[in-house]
Amino acid sequence: MIRLWLIIGGMVLVTYSVRLSVIVLLRGAEMPPSLVRALRFVPPAALSAIVLPELVTPNGALDLSPGNVRLLAGIIAGVVAWTTRRTLLPIAVGMVALWVLQAVL
Amino acid sequence: MRSPRVEFWAGLRAQLPILLGTSPFGMIYGIIAYEAGLPFSVALAMSLVVFAGSSQFIAAQLFATGATGVVIVLTTFVVNLRHMLYSASVAPYVRHLSPAWKWLLAFLLTDEAYAVTISRYRQEPVEAARDTAAHWFFLGAGLTLWASWQLSSAAGFLLGAQIPASWSLDFTLALTFIALLVPVVQDRPAILAALAAGTVAVLARGWPYNLGLSAAVIAGIGAGLLAEHWQRPPHVAAHPTPRRHL
Repeated sequence: MIRLWLIIGGMVLVTYSVRLSVIVLLRGAEMPPSLVRALRFVPPAALSAIVLPELVTPNGALDLSPGNVRLLAGIIAGVVAWTTRRTLLPIAVGMVALWVLQAVL
Repeated sequence: MRSPRVEFWAGLRAQLPILLGTSPFGMIYGIIAYEAGLPFSVALAMSLVVFAGSSQFIAAQLFATGATGVVIVLTTFVVNLRHMLYSASVAPYVRHLSPAWKWLLAFLLTDEAYAVTISRYRQEPVEAARDTAAHWFFLGAGLTLWASWQLSSAAGFLLGAQIPASWSLDFTLALTFIALLVPVVQDRPAILAALAAGTVAVLARGWPYNLGLSAAVIAGIGAGLLAEHWQRPPHVAAHPTPRRHL
């Protein structure tokens, strides 16, 4: 339990430091343009690095077969997100797709 | 000039429509934290003091897979690095405030609070905005989001306890990140960053301490920068486009 609280403390430390960074720690100093450019790629890189292994290695090993229902449901959700530009709809559709595919396949 | 009270309520009202989008995410976080086996107190404490949606999702999942504390903290840092752009963007507007205000507003500096606050600030030139009570708008928006995040996380956790495992609700994590990923891959460098990071993450998934995730993010940033370098002269966004979640 103490371990959990220490980890939460560490998460607070790093998250709050980033938010405080320019406002307080750097006193509003200009950020180097190269850093600004690099930070732009953090969201696409981090999100993709989390999602892709979840989809293509559902049981630990690489599975690109049509029997991989999580990959299929994920692709469906991605298409819905791309075409509708909504955020909650693809989650709902992907979840229903997973249930249907699990029942059918 | 509008009074602090008027600004505070304006900030609160500006944040309300966005809660329709964030509350379901808060609930999904609560469900995932429950399924990860976290105690209620720890799950809620994360929402109370870390207050950063996507990193909370990942941390809950990493707890479930038995990752070490160092990896969880390192991953949180990498995922939340984007907040530095927001910190830089609002810094000129809060430069004149007391340290207590700066520390308070920085704590509330999430994607959504940034989104509504920067559009309020940009109604006037920086110098003029400093003479207003616009920081109360920031506080109203930030506190509204913070309060609703606590309620929705707690509700999700309690709901998670009622849902059988056969519903595979852990999959909402992957789906949530797909829904967040699609809007941020709108140009070629971003697509390449996502592809490179995803590929490295799959190849490095067996690395000790889940370090593959951080390696993947670094590879993604590198690929994005290279693609941008080849494509056109780099441009710098003075005001980053915030994403639609914490």
